[in-house]
Amino acid sequence: MNRACLSALLSHWVRNPLQLFAFLTGLALATGLWAGVQAINAEARASYDAAAATLGKGQFDQIVPATGDVIAQADFVTLRRAGWLVSPVVEGQIDGVRILGFDPLSSPIGFGVSQRTQTGDLGAFLDGDRLFANAETTGQLPSGIGVVTDPSVAPGIAVGEIGVVQRLLKRTDLSRLVVQPEQPLQRPALADIAPHLRLKSASQTADVGELTDSFHLNLTAFGLLSFAVGIFIVYSTIGLAFEQRRGMVRTLRALGVSLPRLIALMVIEVLLLALVGAIIGIFLGYIVAGVLLPDVAVTLRGLYGADVAGTLQFRASWLGSGLAVALLGSLAAAVAKIWQIASMPILASAQSRAWSMRSGRARGVQTVLAATSLLSAVGLAWFGTGLTAGFALLGCFLIGAALTAPLLMHPVLAFAVSAARTPVARWFWADTRQQLPGLSLALMALMLAISANVGVATMVSSFRLTFVAFLDQRLAPELYVEAANAAQANAIETRLPDSGVTVLPLLAIDTQVAKQPTRLFGVRVGPTYRDNWVFLDAQPNAWERVSAGSGAVANEQLARRAGLWVGDSVALGEDQTVALAAIVADYGNPRGQLVIGEASFRKLHPEIEPRQFGLRTDDPEMTRRILVSDLGLAESAITDQSALKATSLQVFDRTFTVTAALNVLTLVVAGFAMLMSLLTLADLRVPQLAPVWALGITRRRIGKLELLRTLVFAVMVCIIALPVGLVLAWVLLAIINVEAFGWRLPMFLFPGDYFRLFLLSVLAAIAAASWPSLRLMRLPPARLLKVFANER
Amino acid sequence: MTDSDPVLALRDVWKSFASADGQVPVLRGVDLAVSSGETVALTGESGSGKSTLLHIAGGLDTFDKGNVRLAGHDLAAMSDAKRAAVRRSEVAIIFQQFNLIPSLNVADNIAFQARIAGHADEVLIADLAGRLGLSDQLRKYPEALSGGQQQRVAIARAIAARPRVLLADEPTGNLDERTSAEVLDELLALVADTGAALLLVTHSPAIAARMGRRLHLSKGQLV
Repeated sequence: MNRACLSALLSHWVRNPLQLFAFLTGLALATGLWAGVQAINAEARASYDAAAATLGKGQFDQIVPATGDVIAQADFVTLRRAGWLVSPVVEGQIDGVRILGFDPLSSPIGFGVSQRTQTGDLGAFLDGDRLFANAETTGQLPSGIGVVTDPSVAPGIAVGEIGVVQRLLKRTDLSRLVVQPEQPLQRPALADIAPHLRLKSASQTADVGELTDSFHLNLTAFGLLSFAVGIFIVYSTIGLAFEQRRGMVRTLRALGVSLPRLIALMVIEVLLLALVGAIIGIFLGYIVAGVLLPDVAVTLRGLYGADVAGTLQFRASWLGSGLAVALLGSLAAAVAKIWQIASMPILASAQSRAWSMRSGRARGVQTVLAATSLLSAVGLAWFGTGLTAGFALLGCFLIGAALTAPLLMHPVLAFAVSAARTPVARWFWADTRQQLPGLSLALMALMLAISANVGVATMVSSFRLTFVAFLDQRLAPELYVEAANAAQANAIETRLPDSGVTVLPLLAIDTQVAKQPTRLFGVRVGPTYRDNWVFLDAQPNAWERVSAGSGAVANEQLARRAGLWVGDSVALGEDQTVALAAIVADYGNPRGQLVIGEASFRKLHPEIEPRQFGLRTDDPEMTRRILVSDLGLAESAITDQSALKATSLQVFDRTFTVTAALNVLTLVVAGFAMLMSLLTLADLRVPQLAPVWALGITRRRIGKLELLRTLVFAVMVCIIALPVGLVLAWVLLAIINVEAFGWRLPMFLFPGDYFRLFLLSVLAAIAAASWPSLRLMRLPPARLLKVFANER
Repeated sequence: MTDSDPVLALRDVWKSFASADGQVPVLRGVDLAVSSGETVALTGESGSGKSTLLHIAGGLDTFDKGNVRLAGHDLAAMSDAKRAAVRRSEVAIIFQQFNLIPSLNVADNIAFQARIAGHADEVLIADLAGRLGLSDQLRKYPEALSGGQQQRVAIARAIAARPRVLLADEPTGNLDERTSAEVLDELLALVADTGAALLLVTHSPAIAARMGRRLHLSKGQLV
């Protein structure tokens, strides 16, 4: 019996291939974008884990030079003799690949590829002059270097025995020392035996996973939005299929199929279809992720210095997540219809009642749901804290806005009906109003996609404008130089002022301020800082306070994370406290920063000598010549301000490539939802249009009116989507960004961009409506006559 | 149940519907017995409760009071699922609106109830299709058939399930006079061959006259 019933249920899809196509494509698109984003996240996280394992970041304390990036071999020997259990590491770059040399005998468990070496493969590791890298990195290394392919090595990194790496890098010194977790109790303090070195605790080493969490959360949010838009298609298709099968359900029950069995079979039917859609979707997701991953890798490298493999692997995590959301999403879409069937009397009318005027009661329920969602959003905006609350607010607001859209359209169309003068116009508006319930899901999907585009475009463009202004502000020096040694640094400081160049030393050290990891800067206060830096908030004479040593400037990230603002005191050392004189915006930087005067910095950290300088000059070319020919600096040590700005903007633009791609994909899915809704509704429209045709309106005119109807809907959707998109942008800029990155961006409006987007959306809607309209225009009169023939 | 017992028996069956004016009685103490091989016509004015009686007899609807025995099963004491099991194995219903499954072709529609009852007989199905003039229509879908052809498919589906009781709710109500006569001939011939009991609701005195027994329902009671 089950087989016969299931085949009867499935036969509906065989007889209605367009509905089957809409269901499978909707689900595949929804699952594809979701699974694609999850695949990218999974790949990135796997790369972070591999990098953490390879580099030992976040796991082991490290000893690093107080200044510069080199430790002498002798220091290593001194520390070992003094009882410090440390292991040497040397790092460098060959053809853009990070090369890491370590000593497998003394390195702690879990560092480098020591899991390999410590499980009995030590001989292979030490045997011969060769490196270990994954397949992708192996391809990037010069052919002369022997490389063993090892998939466990983090992407972008090649590891090898320290002696081998020193030879390859032509170095005899070290980069850092890894500290074993277990140390002898009696050992001299580091400051006593190697004062030029400092201990960097594991917690201070960048946890790239944490830094990039917000980026991945943003991607997930986009994936979820695309999934929601895609699942609208599924919901709409299932709704139509179930409505069309009310007669079949009645017959099946009359012929002796019990209700529980029928419901179970319908669930199986939905799951079977969902499984097919999910498999197609996962395959699609793999392609989407494969296409987007290289851009994501560039973004993560540019923003966070995180290396991510450029090739994609099938991983259980995203495969499972894709399958689960597809099956659960389809069931959720079907549950309302299954419930309707469960509560339908066996002798209920078999007439399809979808797409008729929705009752006032249904509109009432929708109003309550919309109001609840919007009120929840307001509540979350008022009381919520944290990134999760921010995204919950976003979700509630978008759901509320989507539910509100058809409710707003209804009275407008009702007014149009009453205002219409000619009979055809009156029929047109009345019929448009009648189509609203049937099209409302597609219209909601389109509204969400357009508002998401408005919101995200506003955020990105506001961010870009602010970022450009910020670069002009912060990158005022015409040249940036890095001295190779103390003599060069000294020469820059003493000789360049004679040529009319203002030298701005850049003193910096990583430290803790107000229990937050912070980069502390010492600056020589002058016109460059006074004239260019724009504060978010400041005391009067802020720079004077900084110069005098009584004040400091904190970036917004540090101020928000530490709960500090202008006037609050922060301790810098045991006996030095400064008041926050100003808060400055610091876009694109995930870390906290505190700026103090040069004198205060030197007093706090006398061991640090400046190696990096900003140079203010009226003649950058002449200054460049002096630096190279007189002071002996390498060309590569000099960076042009414009080159730096260009690089920064390039990184910025690529950062949002993925966002833009997901934006476009969401709009495509929404356009597809519109097309599918119109196509699946087209057959149901025939009985509604046949009387109008019989009364003398040509099929051609009916087709044109159908097109006009879609245009009306698209314009209404765009009008509603604009304020929704702007609120979305405000939430992203004022809440999500502050929670995710620690900075608040000003919001700008871009009317030209919105107009272009609306034009595109209206064109997409018209394109979606063209095919169904054309079908109507070409509908054989026999099909229309059949409507009357069936009437009895 | 013995061979002499009626295959369908209603004893003092009452049924009312809720309306804005309160409970409206539709059936008021109906007694009815139909034996195997017997053909019974049920006539009455519109709204007299004919279809309700038929639905109760077929286990499609419940009743307020009384007793209904169908092929030895006491319907009042049965759950929905058990009533569904009795429907698919003991009864077949022919509707005025045919109620074919639009996405299944003629062959599958004919075999459907027999299949879900678990006793599909492909020879019988082919024979029925031949007798009802449907052999050339087996691959077609219901939408491509005329009203008379659709009703023949519904009759074939009912007979193919080999029911002990056949309930027909104005089976020719949607057909013209000639087709109606043809379909009725075929139905009666098949019922005679299978020995099933037939309870047929009709407005037509001519059709009623062709049944073995005629009952009239008036104001919820059989007269």
